[in-house]
Amino acid sequence: MDRIGIPALSLVVLIGVSGSGKSSFARKHFLGTEVISSDFCRGLVSDDENDQAASKDAFEVLNFIAAKRLAAGRLTVIDATSVQPESRKQLVALAREYDVLPVAIVLDVPERVAIDRNALRPDRQFGPQVVQRQRQQLRRGLRNLKREGFRSVHVLDSVEAIDAVSIERTRLFNDLTDQTGPFDIIGDVHGCRAELEQLLGRLGYTITRDADGRPIDAAYGGSRAGAEPAGDPGAASVAGAEPEAEPAGDPARRVVFVGDLVDRGPDTPGVLRLVMGMVASGNAFCVPGNHEDKLLKALRGKKVKLSHGLEESLAQLAAEPAEFRADVEKFIDGLISHYVLDGGNLVVSHAGLVERMHGRTSGRVRAFCLYGETTGETDEFGLPVRYPWANDYRGRAMVVYGHTPTPVPEWINNTICLDTGCVFGGSLTALRYPERELVSVEAIEQYYEPAKPLHTATAPGREPDVLDITDVTGRRVIETATHGRLSIRAEQAGAALEVMSRFAIDPRFLLYLPPTMSPVATSPIPGVLEHPVQAFEAYKAEGVTELVCEEKHMGSRAVVLLTRDDDVAEKRFGLAGRGAVHTRTGRSFFDTTLTDELLLRLRAVASEAGLFDELDTSWLLLDAELLPWSAKAIELLKNQYAAVGAAARTSLPAAMVGLESAVAAGLDVGDLLARTQRRTVNAELFSAAYRRYCWPTEGLDGVRIAPFQVLASEGTTYEEKPHAWHLAIADRLVAAGPALVTATRRLFVDLDSWEAGIAWWEELTAAGGEGMVVKPAANLVRTKKGLAQPGLKVRGREYLRIIYGPDYTEPANFDRLRNRNLGHKRSMALREYALGLESLNRAARGEPLWRIHETVFAVLALESEPVDPRL
Amino acid sequence: MFLTIGTTSAGLGAPATDLGFLLHKNPARPQSMEVAGGTVHVFYPEATDERCTVAVLLEVDPIALVRSGRGRAAEGFTLGQYVNDRPYAASSLLAVAVGKLFRTAMIGRCDARPELTTRPILLDIHVPALPCRGGATMAERLFSPLGWSVDAQPVPLDPEIPAWGDSRYVDLRLRGELRLADALHHLYVMLPVLDDAKHYWVGSDEVDKLVRAGEGWLGAHPDRELISRRYLAHRKRLTDSALEALDRLVESDGVEVETSPDEPIAEVGDDLAGDSEQPVSLAVQRRTAVVELLREIGARRVADLGCGEGVLVAQLLKDSSFTEVVATDVSARALTYAERRLHVDEMSDRKRERLRLFQSSVTYADARLADLDAAVLMEVIEHVDPPRLPALAHAVFGAARPGNVVVTTPNSEHNVRFETLPAGAFRHPDHRFEWTRAEFQDWATSVCAAYGYDVSFRPVGPDDPEVGPPTQLALFRLKEAV
Repeated sequence: MDRIGIPALSLVVLIGVSGSGKSSFARKHFLGTEVISSDFCRGLVSDDENDQAASKDAFEVLNFIAAKRLAAGRLTVIDATSVQPESRKQLVALAREYDVLPVAIVLDVPERVAIDRNALRPDRQFGPQVVQRQRQQLRRGLRNLKREGFRSVHVLDSVEAIDAVSIERTRLFNDLTDQTGPFDIIGDVHGCRAELEQLLGRLGYTITRDADGRPIDAAYGGSRAGAEPAGDPGAASVAGAEPEAEPAGDPARRVVFVGDLVDRGPDTPGVLRLVMGMVASGNAFCVPGNHEDKLLKALRGKKVKLSHGLEESLAQLAAEPAEFRADVEKFIDGLISHYVLDGGNLVVSHAGLVERMHGRTSGRVRAFCLYGETTGETDEFGLPVRYPWANDYRGRAMVVYGHTPTPVPEWINNTICLDTGCVFGGSLTALRYPERELVSVEAIEQYYEPAKPLHTATAPGREPDVLDITDVTGRRVIETATHGRLSIRAEQAGAALEVMSRFAIDPRFLLYLPPTMSPVATSPIPGVLEHPVQAFEAYKAEGVTELVCEEKHMGSRAVVLLTRDDDVAEKRFGLAGRGAVHTRTGRSFFDTTLTDELLLRLRAVASEAGLFDELDTSWLLLDAELLPWSAKAIELLKNQYAAVGAAARTSLPAAMVGLESAVAAGLDVGDLLARTQRRTVNAELFSAAYRRYCWPTEGLDGVRIAPFQVLASEGTTYEEKPHAWHLAIADRLVAAGPALVTATRRLFVDLDSWEAGIAWWEELTAAGGEGMVVKPAANLVRTKKGLAQPGLKVRGREYLRIIYGPDYTEPANFDRLRNRNLGHKRSMALREYALGLESLNRAARGEPLWRIHETVFAVLALESEPVDPRL
Repeated sequence: MFLTIGTTSAGLGAPATDLGFLLHKNPARPQSMEVAGGTVHVFYPEATDERCTVAVLLEVDPIALVRSGRGRAAEGFTLGQYVNDRPYAASSLLAVAVGKLFRTAMIGRCDARPELTTRPILLDIHVPALPCRGGATMAERLFSPLGWSVDAQPVPLDPEIPAWGDSRYVDLRLRGELRLADALHHLYVMLPVLDDAKHYWVGSDEVDKLVRAGEGWLGAHPDRELISRRYLAHRKRLTDSALEALDRLVESDGVEVETSPDEPIAEVGDDLAGDSEQPVSLAVQRRTAVVELLREIGARRVADLGCGEGVLVAQLLKDSSFTEVVATDVSARALTYAERRLHVDEMSDRKRERLRLFQSSVTYADARLADLDAAVLMEVIEHVDPPRLPALAHAVFGAARPGNVVVTTPNSEHNVRFETLPAGAFRHPDHRFEWTRAEFQDWATSVCAAYGYDVSFRPVGPDDPEVGPPTQLALFRLKEAV
């Protein structure tokens, strides 16, 4: 034997007596990290590789490591004697648990060789009888290895054979990761040949027919009949397998059938003939369904119950020549349980597949692929209740399947069922991949009476979007398109969990949380903490010269999810209502009644402005400010800010009276008096500062919305649209609803017009304004160093009093406050910005709820970082 | 923060300036001293033979207060540590400063005028901005029994926004004939007690301090229990960064920070106890009812979802028929307190093995809650926003799917029986709703229909013929699989 083929993902068990050369063999053929040796594990737990007393602990460690590797899908080699059936049994069980193939390689050297080798090693001074005993055990077990469950057994029965052998890793049959598509994945056909022909035609395939006019193949665009077979994984890996003459911009498409080609319908042989032809020609792939499985058993003469349409198939096939039946038997027998395609981005399996089984091989995997998982219960129609595995699915790969008839295919967590019950009078459906488009043809007639009516096939409404605690908690790493991988610490997630659970709105309406924003660097001007110059300079340093200054409203940040009609929310987000108006931590501003009233008014404004039409969308997500601040923060204003003012207003004048008397009496407290006088003024300025953010509101009366950015709509996000575009839309909303919508004043500046920007800021803040935000006019900007800050806030002197305290302007305080560490805040601002964009993009793409919620939650978690809250 | 203490020659029975001897502070020489939180100045606005008034002005340095970590301990890592009333209000910082400034006077020693220390003298005390939890009547209630005539005027929150009403401060004037040392002790204890906010100086000797400062008067005070409780109640706040994180998140929304107070706010009615009809409090009756019910249904693996500080969990652990007790809460802070209360660190292995304590949320499915005999939602659902109740139902009844679920919640019909509860108000500030019996039953029935449970209801507490029991309980039992 010169060459041993072992599956790329398998558990390789080396079997041989002590001294048979297992470790050398492993070193020669495998990566050091792929091999786990029992000696090494003994050393780990006892500092002595030969300490037999440590064997139990050592094997627990060995099993643990092997389990972790197999769970991660890595080939693993076990270097232990494994001469006893009990020890092998454990390893086979381990392989089965992780659905990988167990492979045995036996190194059977003559006793003398092993004994001599051991004799040369000072640490193996255990007499020849040990080797003899091991060899007897090995010999006894050799014959039974296959029965023990090893998929393949390779016996190397001499030193020469061991030295001569080479090992080749073979690709798993289900591994079509190099097939990148595009594909057209077709649902359960069940003998509906006419509909299949129609569907293929609609998808752009040209059908080839035999002399009797029967379809025997179909190729995309009609030019590819007879392309080289791609179903054989061996051939698929050959370089240059792609056809040469491919029309540009119209790549050749291939069909993937999800199984259940047969039974119930009028022409099972016709369907088989066409599909078998397409698979043979390389125009299609096919996975088996449970009906093929049953049919194969029947064709092989096994006793099966002739139910669920099998009888019709057998009758139809009986009319065919014997060689056709033989071909069918061979075809079905050769079908692979499921395929992993397109670099792992697509998995096709008849009944769906949980993530841990993708690309795995075992009886269990095959059973899942064919029959799915059932809960053991039966429903009122006597059909097995299927375990809703897709609700828990969190994998990266799209999983496409059939098996369960449903009136309309629906995405659940990046999985979709394409069985639309054609044979029951429904339709035959295909999914275009990667376009995610559905194409279907109606059934010509109902060929078979369903066990339960098709329209009740799913529960009323759709499956709930189930969020799991593991979607958000623990340490998390999130890949963002704009800022790389970002990690969230477990304790940050813990804090966010409480806030999200206790205060936030339904996650289905919570598509986005706004990022924090960094202030400008501290101004060198005495008595001024923040000044526009630092914002302009910061952007100039990054090469961003076209800027927009936007007025900072004196309200609360609000995110508005707006729907066009009352049925949009339910259809698009699976939740009744009109949308949401929520805070930067995801809490609703108002109760349901007021929220819906506000959304109704905003909807009217947006419709009047023509926004839904222009952006061609049924929903909109707006970034806005809700005014006044007191509408939301009344308790904070009263209990924190006003209270400070009240205490100051009462205590400082009393102190002044006392100090004035003391000064009059000639005591030396003049400095203290002067300081207290200034503090009295500061306290009044402080009260004046917060009062600007308060005006009475009653219900929605007095409430105003100042939108300044469109965040997302169906299929689109707007971070690349310049702010001029966003503000123009905001202006149109103001024009359409001036009573409710407030404009955001702005000034565009470039390198030459900084002075105008400064003057504008001074004017705004002198009038008591909160300040302004300076942003790159182009919106999202990437510089050489990475993402530019999306905005820098420049707050006014009086506004800062309610942030830094009434007396922050006192020189003794001010000099200490100038030392602000902005680094952390800036880094947080960028990370939250990137996470925000990520959640917007995921939402616009219609990704699963857990994917959107993951990023929204991450923003909240980051916000819990202990950064200076005054920044 | 500012206060004055004054007397007259008639009141003192000596030249008024002798007050300076008593206080060991020279009326002619203002003095400044570094104290916790800033600098305290002592000076005499007036010092004649007729009248003498000493003033204490504490200039709090808010920035230093934060940097020293004292502000942080009290406020968590929030804006509140930078902008607060400490520089203006007479709180514990002023009490500490008074204690330091007048230490000798408080002992009652005066070598120059020993006769004055033992004699009651007429004193006028003015504390212009005293934070006073319980309002002016509380100041009256605490100072009057000590022999003071009390004039406490509420301070408006903002005179320009009259609709906001009064602040938590009073302008306090005390007049009385007392020994000076006693008067100083009264201030030293009462300022923090009336403030009822956080201490900055909590140490292990706090009880000793109170005993010393309260000597001779606290024992006879009708409100001694209230005073001691408030004085000592403030446990050192956890300064774990993970817990501060929560404060930050909540504050950033502009809502009051006290969402997860160190001292859980008792629900109205929960502390009703002591009379002959209700020998035990409602909270105890509720726990007892739940534990008895769990025994009755023979549950062995049980979970308390929303366990708070773990009072029910402690009771469950005492009964070894509960072989596994799962305790979850959405609040990391509550769990930390629960661990302490349960003394998890010192638990025997056997007991420890029965307990699983972890953070979880009733609005997310959690596989760790699978295979339970019973899950308890005791006074939990009313803390969940109504739109989130379907998520709760799904997580508990659909995903965790225990054999039994015990839910308790207030019966809002019974609220009229609570005299202290204003009409229409909820029993706890965090309640999102309180249901009538019919509303609770409607919800329970719809949950049963959706998830395959049967439900029965029981009263907890005296079942009022008209308005029903104070607490309503529902027992859900999973229907057998078909």
